[in-house]
Amino acid sequence: MTAFVIRRLLQSIIVMLAVSLVAFVVFRYVGDPIESMVGQDMRLADREAMRDRLGLNDPFYVQFATFVGNAVQGNFGISYRLQEPVTRLIMERLPATIELAVASALIALIFGVFFGVYTALKPKSPITATVMTLSLAGVSLPTFLIGIGLIYIFAVELGWLPSFGRGTTVMVGGWRTGLLTESGLRSLILPAITLSLFQLTLIMRLVRAEMLEVLRADYIRFARARGLTDRAINFGHALKNTLVPVITITGLQLGSVIAFAIVTETVFQWPGVGSLFIQSVQVVDVPVMAAYLMFIAFVFVVINLIVDILYYTVDPRLRVGTGKR
Amino acid sequence: MANTQPDLKLAAASEGVVLPPKPPGRLYRMWDSDIFYSWRRSPVTIIASIVVLVIVGAAILAPWIAPYNPFNPASLNLMDGFTPPFSESRMGNYYLLGTDNQGRDVFSTILYGSRVSLFVGFSATVFAMVIGISLGLVAGYQGGTADAVIMRVADVQLSFPAILIALLIFGIARGVIPPSQQEGMAVYVLIIAIGLANWAQFARTVRGATMVERQKDYVSAARIMGVHPIVILARHVLPNVTGPVLVIATIGLALAIIEEATLSFLGVGVPPTQPSLGTLIRIGQQYLFSGEWWILLFPAVTLVLLALSVNLLGDWLRDALNPRLR
Amino acid sequence: MRKLLLTASMLAIAASALPASAETLRWARGADALTLDPHSQNEGTTHTFAHHIYETLVDRDTEGTLTPRLATEWALKDGDDTTWVFTLREGVTFHDGAEFTAEDVVFSLDRARSERSNMRQLHADVESVTAVDDYTVEVKMNGPSPLYPNNLTNTFMMDKTWSEENDVVEVQDYAGGEDNYAVRNTNGTGPYKLVSREVGVRSVLEVNADHWGDAPAVTEIIYTPIADPATRIAALLSGEVDFVQDVPVQDIGRLSETDGISVTNGPENRIIYFGYKMSEEPLTSSDVTDVNPISNPLVREAMALAVDRDAIKEVVMRGNSLPAGVAMPPFVNGWTEELDAYPAPDIERARELMAEAGYENGFTITLDTPNNRYVNDEAISQAVVGMLGQIGIRATLASRPVAQHSPLITSGETEFYLLGWGVPTFDSAYIFNDLIHTKEGNYGAYNPSGYSNTELDEKIQSLGTQTDLEARDATIAEIWAQVQEDRVLLPIHNQLLSYAMQSKFNVEVHPENQPSMADVTISE
Repeated sequence: MTAFVIRRLLQSIIVMLAVSLVAFVVFRYVGDPIESMVGQDMRLADREAMRDRLGLNDPFYVQFATFVGNAVQGNFGISYRLQEPVTRLIMERLPATIELAVASALIALIFGVFFGVYTALKPKSPITATVMTLSLAGVSLPTFLIGIGLIYIFAVELGWLPSFGRGTTVMVGGWRTGLLTESGLRSLILPAITLSLFQLTLIMRLVRAEMLEVLRADYIRFARARGLTDRAINFGHALKNTLVPVITITGLQLGSVIAFAIVTETVFQWPGVGSLFIQSVQVVDVPVMAAYLMFIAFVFVVINLIVDILYYTVDPRLRVGTGKR
Repeated sequence: MANTQPDLKLAAASEGVVLPPKPPGRLYRMWDSDIFYSWRRSPVTIIASIVVLVIVGAAILAPWIAPYNPFNPASLNLMDGFTPPFSESRMGNYYLLGTDNQGRDVFSTILYGSRVSLFVGFSATVFAMVIGISLGLVAGYQGGTADAVIMRVADVQLSFPAILIALLIFGIARGVIPPSQQEGMAVYVLIIAIGLANWAQFARTVRGATMVERQKDYVSAARIMGVHPIVILARHVLPNVTGPVLVIATIGLALAIIEEATLSFLGVGVPPTQPSLGTLIRIGQQYLFSGEWWILLFPAVTLVLLALSVNLLGDWLRDALNPRLR
Repeated sequence: MRKLLLTASMLAIAASALPASAETLRWARGADALTLDPHSQNEGTTHTFAHHIYETLVDRDTEGTLTPRLATEWALKDGDDTTWVFTLREGVTFHDGAEFTAEDVVFSLDRARSERSNMRQLHADVESVTAVDDYTVEVKMNGPSPLYPNNLTNTFMMDKTWSEENDVVEVQDYAGGEDNYAVRNTNGTGPYKLVSREVGVRSVLEVNADHWGDAPAVTEIIYTPIADPATRIAALLSGEVDFVQDVPVQDIGRLSETDGISVTNGPENRIIYFGYKMSEEPLTSSDVTDVNPISNPLVREAMALAVDRDAIKEVVMRGNSLPAGVAMPPFVNGWTEELDAYPAPDIERARELMAEAGYENGFTITLDTPNNRYVNDEAISQAVVGMLGQIGIRATLASRPVAQHSPLITSGETEFYLLGWGVPTFDSAYIFNDLIHTKEGNYGAYNPSGYSNTELDEKIQSLGTQTDLEARDATIAEIWAQVQEDRVLLPIHNQLLSYAMQSKFNVEVHPENQPSMADVTISE
């Protein structure tokens, strides 16, 4: 067990290093950070001086070593654009993204499981056909288009819901939340729906497939033979066995939800880390971009590690093989 | 295709040959297969196929059927810009679906734009498929270190949303390619970016299937007989994964088309003078509140129809190829 | 007695907290202020925001003329044309109650000139700043600098004591990874005080009851950056914000027709133009490989004739531009109507010129354009690609965000490009220094054309120290005549700005796009 965990940890560290290298290399090429820091008046000589101060003229490996060394200490430098410590910027905006991500994951999970079970139990029903087709629309519509459409209908034409931002927020022990005010909750609805559609489709299809699979399993047949009620079979046995992979996938997807939030946050002007990232890309704010990428990688590595360890403890078969499955 | 069956029967009858009906033509056997049976039974799938055929056909034939060539800037008349659909422009020209902000015929732009989107989508999917299958086969067949490395990379890959990866690759390309060449290369960079963002799914599936096949006796036998691993992989393993790969490829195509649109929406796609559907939506989105809805609506509907239909086909294919669901 | 005191102090609180009536203005624009440190960034959005909290010695009104602010008078010292004397406003206090005096001005100008300040370009010619008495400051220049006060409209005054107490005497060294108190906290003399700030999300300002000027009608400002134009407009339409500063031209029509929303228009002090390589080395992006076709004056004339500025105005800008014949906004010293006259497009003649130059079959070239900096920048470039196509110039459009576009210009890599140029000093020299002068040293930073005219360079340099304003204007006219003759730049238009707001507010367009909410009037 210890050996397994250590091996996994080592692999995770290598992954983080690789990601940091990629992040670092790429961002050297995304554009010239000096451009976004200076006005049109800046003289060429001063630009050079600034370049020196920022260390942009140092050899590549020196810059990378500095970067990793600082990153390990949680220091990603000062944002070129906003001139604030990057770690503080990300921490300030993280609650917004997490609240959005969790809300959309909940929507996706609740409706996904519901529709997934329904379509699996009633495969021939016309509602199933409709839901299956409509759910595909969810993955066929680009996120930005869904967002703009929802704003147009519910904010502009009907005036029911706010079109941007988080509404009124409250500080609760260093965590700025929008969940405790009415305007905060109303502001959450449209972006959460926009972000959840893709996951909803995914979960629904997963639940449906797993359910169909499980319903064929021998123990379900035996259960039926034993005369258990449909209700007990469907929900007591089938759904319960379906949920393990579903929750795993949802957990693994949470990282990608945070990342997918980039587009949603941009359209709704949601003050989370995703919109911070895209603004930073536009002005080549290298420290923020690098920190964001590392952050996403970190979230993924941690979730993956937890899932791996859980699997390892739950499924003895894995103890002989190497990876999962 | 719908006429094949009666024709065959008719032909058989006229020759006076009655049962055993052998040998039905290849087309007939295809038609009568389980897959096509399920195709015939699903009106949604039939409609989806027709939509895909129409859009792909129109895209391929664009240079011959489009009334204007929107990719030739010299032929545009800026003063015709913002003409509503079904009406005459300021300069007295007629545009079926109106014109955009540059005076381009929206109908023609959609035809040409679909061409770009489909080209990028297809090429990126094929690219992803080639990389994914090769790496998946190697990982599954070799196992050990190669497997661990490839699958870890795939894990990292899957953890990053494709959009982010594509943005990164675009960034690298921008740094490597000299500025004067960048626009010409944009389409290829896009293909590589989307392709590299989507290979992991293929690799995972193929690896799994390969590991299963590898354990089977006939593969062991072939290996003992000294058959080259590449031959084993190509002859024995690959055919077994065609089904799932085809499903992933179909859904991947829809995904690639949407990814291209999102990248173009974020402003890192093809040049605006040679727009794809995504670029057209990005342009049209600016005019949503000002009342020029047609610039956004028609390309958006085309994109959604295309992606939806391809997804529906993928969906049907998955069910049709899964024997347990029949 | 105690009761009376209590009532009196309560009254005082009530009076200071609620001058006349409370009016909140919710202000949205595309970006947030980059920092609250007033000398750290020389950038328009940041300055616009800072003007509400901090103040400058001189200000510029909506017509573009200099007006007194913290300085009531300024003049060259008698018999010394290298020293400017500023007389300060008396009775001004900072938000923390400290009095504003000459030593604060000396401190602030020194801070603005310090190495890490991004404002120091504007004060490069300053030799020293001294306080003569509490309300008089002398600024000694390296040489004659007749236009120096023009450079002061965005240099803000900080309190010396407050800065020392909070360790912000130096401008933040963000490259060195330092945090700085002044980035998030303020102590200015301006009409508003900072209440709270979430970077990039929302900043709240409340009126400064002790301000020396007239009490503003707007007593609270809630500033929210909204990056996406469609979301910004949606927020105004749904009544979530009161004032949108960056209105896309295509939405002006609908907004003006919407009940309860009004739109104001006005010219911005910014020219949009195309530039190109003019030297003879062949272009890397062209199929003409022996020589640069644009080095031929006939080709440049043909390009100028092919561009239909009126069509760009009509369709791309929806009427919101002032087509230009010279690369200089009308606000700028040196502008004349004759210079600004532009030719009617003449495709026939342009084709003849192309043929005469030996390019009847045209040539290819890459046009670099930004896509997020100026109003419809990409669409303008796209339209010009179409127009040039009609005379055989087949341009490929390379569209990039400004962070990737600008380096191509400063590094000289671009061969044909679109750029916009604002003129904060309202003087032609500012344009000549960066766009016309040969690229060398402190000059020509934005001149990738390879255009180099020694005689012209000398004239441009002489403008910096010429004190005889009449002779100076004559030199400016000579330089423009040469620039126009050589067709160094291909001007398109001056941008018009549009502000949209809930009808009860009235915000006038500011030529530098720096409106002050303190000047907003409210009608019920």
